[in-house]
Amino acid sequence: MAAKVNTGTTGHSDVNNAKVFSPLDTGTFVPQLVWLALTFGLLYVLLKRFALPRVGEVIEERRERIQRDLDKAEKLKVETEQALAHYEQALAEARAKANAIANDVRAKLAAEVDKERAAVEAEIARKLADAEARIAQSKSKAMASVADIAADTAGAVVSRLLGKEVTKDEVQRALVQRAAE
Amino acid sequence: MPDPIHQFDIHRIVPLNIGGWDVSFTNASLYMLLAVVLTIGFFTVATRARALVPSRLQSVAEISYEFVADMLRSSIGKEGMKYFPFVFSLFIFIFATNMLGMIPGAFTVASHIIVTATLAGLVFLSVLVIGFAKNGLHFLKLFVPSGVPVFVLPLVTLIEVISFLSRPVSHSVRLFANMLAGHITLKVFGGFVVMLLGSGSFAALAPIPLAATIALTALEFLVSFLQAYVFTMLTCMYLNDALHPGH
Repeated sequence: MAAKVNTGTTGHSDVNNAKVFSPLDTGTFVPQLVWLALTFGLLYVLLKRFALPRVGEVIEERRERIQRDLDKAEKLKVETEQALAHYEQALAEARAKANAIANDVRAKLAAEVDKERAAVEAEIARKLADAEARIAQSKSKAMASVADIAADTAGAVVSRLLGKEVTKDEVQRALVQRAAE
Repeated sequence: MPDPIHQFDIHRIVPLNIGGWDVSFTNASLYMLLAVVLTIGFFTVATRARALVPSRLQSVAEISYEFVADMLRSSIGKEGMKYFPFVFSLFIFIFATNMLGMIPGAFTVASHIIVTATLAGLVFLSVLVIGFAKNGLHFLKLFVPSGVPVFVLPLVTLIEVISFLSRPVSHSVRLFANMLAGHITLKVFGGFVVMLLGSGSFAALAPIPLAATIALTALEFLVSFLQAYVFTMLTCMYLNDALHPGH
């Protein structure tokens, strides 16, 4: 079945010409050229039309997918950072608000305490004044009675010494006179 | 000793003749077709799922895609991706036929000068067509480097033209010679093993060429990949010249 190809000029396919170095044998050039053109052409067309676009598409699709995923990750990262910033802002605001409320309450309480204290102090002062007034009254009343008691006592002492009754007016008079000297 | 050149012989499997031209389906045709079928089959199976998280096969398909795409992008830039199907076809065709050639008893397509010369010629013509289509006569600036003193400019231009014209030669011979030499070496060392085994007490020495054959096989796998890579890399650089002729 397989016949040796000889130099084309002889036309006898089964003559083995040992003198010809087959890789350079011009007689085999034509069939080799024809089949090289056919097979290489076929390979080129099939690769170009069919095989290479398929591989290229897959690679391109993967590249796009990875790029898309990277973009998405980047977006999510930015969003996360934003959320974090918002959270921190909210936290700061809440803290400030809490501080304000605490200060407010503190001030209000202080004001109330001051008012209460002032009221209590005023009450105490009033009571003190009352007491002082009462004391002063009692004192003056007592001082007023002292003259009477002194007169009575003096009358009694004089009556005992003299053995005779003296009127209250006489004692009074003498006392007033004596006090005037 | 077994003939180390025998492996490169072309056999007609289905003799065909169209209009006086010999278009027989040969063992070379078979391995070219096999490379195409395996490549397309592999990509079909590997990308069937089109998974976001690739399976092992899909990873291999994607790695090969990115490997060639990176070559293009690094040497030409984004606009080089227009020629990606062509460059990728070159790489995968050479790579697949080279790897198939590593199967013992298989035929190595790139061990024939006509194959590598055709591919290199295709690249050369593409560079010329793209270069003139994109830049018009400015493409000729490729041969007139800027910043060269006027009195040596003719000489430099001559050298540039010669180097440009010799590109397809070096481009094709590099791949062809590497594959040819590698496979001959493998066959020769393999032949030594057989010869020593058949020569009485010298059979004790047979492990030495056997070890060499094993090491060479590993090296040859590397070369098979590397030559596909080098061929593709040079294609990228030449295409870059076509797009950006001003040095």
